[in-house]
Amino acid sequence: MNQIANPNIETTELEKVVIRFAGDSGDGMQLTGNQFTGTAANDGNDVVTLPDFPSEIRAPAGTISGVSGFQVQFGNQKVNTPGDFPDVLIAMNPAALKNNVKDVTRDGLIIVDMDSFNEKSIAKAKYETDPLSPESLMHKKVIKAPITSQTLKALEGFDKMTKKEKERCKNFFTLGVLYWLYDRKIDYTEHWVNRKFAKKPHLAEANIKVLKEGMIFAQNSGLFQSRYKIPQAPLPAGTYRSLTGNEATGLGLLAAAERAGLKLFLGSYPITPATEILQELAQHKNFGAITLQAEDEIAGICTALGAAYGGAFACTTTSGPGLALKSEAMGLAVITELPLVIVNVQRGGPSTGLPTKTEQADLLQAMYGRNGESPIPILAAKSPADCFYQAFEAGRIALKYMTPVILLTDGYLGNGSEAFRIPDVNELPDLTVKFRTDPENYLPYKRDPKTLAREWVRPGTPGLAHRLGGLEKDALTGCVSHDPDNHNHMVRTRAAKVDGIVNDIPELEIFGDKDGGEVLIVGWGSTYGQIRNKVNKYRKEGKSVSQAHFTHIFPFPKNTLEVFKKFKHVVVAEINLGQLNKLLRSTYIIDTISLTKIQGKPFTENEIEVVVDDLLK
Amino acid sequence: MNIEISKFTKKDFTPDGEVKWCSGCGDFSILAQAQKVLAETGRSPDEFAFISGIGCSSRFPYYVNSYGYHTIHGRALAVATGTKTFNPDLSVWVAMGDGDGLSIGGNHFLHAVRKNVDLVCILMDNRIYGLTKGQFSPTTDKGQVTKTSPYGTLESPVDPVSLTLGIGGSFVARATDRNPKEMQRIFKAAYEHKGFSLVHVLQNCVIFNDDCFNRETGSEKLDNTLQLVQGEPMIFGKENDKAIVRDGFSPKVVNKADVDPSEILVHDENADDPGLALFLSSMNKPELPTPLGIFRKVSQGTYDEDTHLQLKEITAKKGKGDLQTLLNSGDTWKVG
Ligand code: SF4
Repeated sequence: MNQIANPNIETTELEKVVIRFAGDSGDGMQLTGNQFTGTAANDGNDVVTLPDFPSEIRAPAGTISGVSGFQVQFGNQKVNTPGDFPDVLIAMNPAALKNNVKDVTRDGLIIVDMDSFNEKSIAKAKYETDPLSPESLMHKKVIKAPITSQTLKALEGFDKMTKKEKERCKNFFTLGVLYWLYDRKIDYTEHWVNRKFAKKPHLAEANIKVLKEGMIFAQNSGLFQSRYKIPQAPLPAGTYRSLTGNEATGLGLLAAAERAGLKLFLGSYPITPATEILQELAQHKNFGAITLQAEDEIAGICTALGAAYGGAFACTTTSGPGLALKSEAMGLAVITELPLVIVNVQRGGPSTGLPTKTEQADLLQAMYGRNGESPIPILAAKSPADCFYQAFEAGRIALKYMTPVILLTDGYLGNGSEAFRIPDVNELPDLTVKFRTDPENYLPYKRDPKTLAREWVRPGTPGLAHRLGGLEKDALTGCVSHDPDNHNHMVRTRAAKVDGIVNDIPELEIFGDKDGGEVLIVGWGSTYGQIRNKVNKYRKEGKSVSQAHFTHIFPFPKNTLEVFKKFKHVVVAEINLGQLNKLLRSTYIIDTISLTKIQGKPFTENEIEVVVDDLLK
Repeated sequence: MNIEISKFTKKDFTPDGEVKWCSGCGDFSILAQAQKVLAETGRSPDEFAFISGIGCSSRFPYYVNSYGYHTIHGRALAVATGTKTFNPDLSVWVAMGDGDGLSIGGNHFLHAVRKNVDLVCILMDNRIYGLTKGQFSPTTDKGQVTKTSPYGTLESPVDPVSLTLGIGGSFVARATDRNPKEMQRIFKAAYEHKGFSLVHVLQNCVIFNDDCFNRETGSEKLDNTLQLVQGEPMIFGKENDKAIVRDGFSPKVVNKADVDPSEILVHDENADDPGLALFLSSMNKPELPTPLGIFRKVSQGTYDEDTHLQLKEITAKKGKGDLQTLLNSGDTWKVG
């Protein structure tokens, strides 16, 4: 590369940076973001990302509703979240600028593709004033780069390419600008491009040329006064890859099946934002994994339950509206005591609600959304990578206790990604299942005295033919029984079985003042990262703020009350109207403060501040 | 299937415990014929699973000594699809009623037929809701007075045979609860058929819809029904004097003596084209006899078998999956 050292440019070290890429759906913003993320991770930074898709698949080009976004936070420590507000915004057109400018931090930087700011596109974005005037830009710093024209110039002589194809390379020009700005090597992207275009070498060459030209442009244009360096983060040693929460969930389920020595069966119906789990698992047929795309949500769970009855490690995946449809079949899984993992990637509700936005408002549905006394253990993943472990854990509990288990993730986790340290498969817990094969004295509802689980029999096993069903069962034979005492016994036994899981799950950990203090911020699921970052900030300021985060919600860890009692104030933060708070208050009869938000978006640190600062006064 | 070599009898398929249908209910005969056929397959009770939803007929699994799963209303086919797909070696039978299978479970019915899941599906059609005590079902005659239609129903019934043929059913048959031998013949054929087998049984509910199939099972039955026999001309009637011919695209009853024998339609249950079967299934009008027997029996790929074929093929191509390799795939990087 013919870079000329520019003595006027200084390099500043930063701890972490948030970049948001915004453009038309067709501008390749997800790809650009992913490339930047991969490079940053490869260079040793911690990374967390979040895409922001428009809910229309192909909204008209250049309009606000067609803007697609991708945000990444990278840093020299655990970053935990994709960041609240971008330090840098890449806006490929006026609509992307309009949609995102308000979020950019006060000292932030906006990079726009000047070439796309023509009259037509400005009108499409419904700007009434000059989009690049200081007022429109809210007095933030802007770099006006002629990205499209420079890209075309860089590709002069690439005769095999049409103008349109050349223009499509402009995201790599942008990437080049950013690689220069953050002092990155291009190896990771170079590799990727060569692999991706192995069969079209001229496209590989073009993209790399444009990438390099972007770097040279940034160096020589005089538009930038400084560059930035973000040192490596002290992450545990190991091999890493980037995974979205949905990919991680799929792999976690597959890992549980493998460690249990069972074949996986997924019965599922496409629904945003859960579909990627089905898509992920549909690829792994060489593991013997069966994915059945069912005719509806009910068939999704019913086919899975039929397979569980047949001896499969069975799962069904969905989002809130689908969970509602699965309720009755979940009850059948409860009464017939078959193992089944139900994944709910929550989204905004009620009804169709906000399909592409995130929310944690299905907790009470998971807890109570069935007829009768129908207890189902509930787990929640706290980060994209944690989805792998919680999916595995859901499998462990389901198989060991012969029970359906609900795993709650959400759109933010499902679509977001982070660095996943690849585990050694042999170090994952052994979940080997023993089926009953001995016909001697078999009683379908006789239980293991410790776990209260009944035995699992594969149909087809000689001498063990028996009948199961949704009518109340006799406590031993499993035959239909309407006896009042038997019903009383069975209802209480099913509850006791689930309650007993408490002895088999990790205790609630305190991050911060282990012996107690002023404020404890309690959360569950995907709010983990935001709360952790805020607690870290308070603690740096010497304030007594701690965190306790639930991954196991039903049953609650057994030391929950003990932990809460150590703190003067317990704040329960969640993306709903206080559902965990209700559960905690009714379970423990304690006073807690509910901190809620319901905008289809995660918390920002400021929003946590509003409540907690007051308590610290 | 060979009757001589079976070491099982009907008793082996009869569990302890009483059968709780109303006395005189048509379900008794259906159960008995199913048990006889099961015994004749030569396979042990452990190799069968009976799956059902909710309704009188859905108690079936409790009355067959085999594996059984009495599930929830309308969902038997979905559950059975999962069981059969996961355990293709198991012989999976589904017992359902007209309300269970075609009303609340209508969607699953469509897709189980379309996927051609290898199941024997016994649809016990009494044209009424029995277990909830006498409300109209999707097969109830238009205008019939029931508890929820005191002034008569307003809706046209669905004909299960036409429906199944219309969505590509590979095995479609109809029997009555009063003809045990024929029912056995059909159950055997359904068991042997690879794919979704619909056995539509006209079943009398003595309590809420008694004699609803009088036409097909009463004293005039020979004049009111057409027994389908593979390769035979369609002749029926007490005196064997009537025949079915084609009148345009419609079936027509004629006196056998009045037509040239070549005009009389000949049954072919194996015809690849469903045209003839659909034509026969349209004979659900008072002026035409109700066809009984096997309408269609053609072999097509089954969902469960194809699922496992695909698993095998892909495993052969990609090699048996290794979890560690999978986790380590994609763009990885090393720390430390
Ligand atoms: S109500 Fe009708 S269908 Fe039900 S058991 Fe009695 S007779 Fe049979």
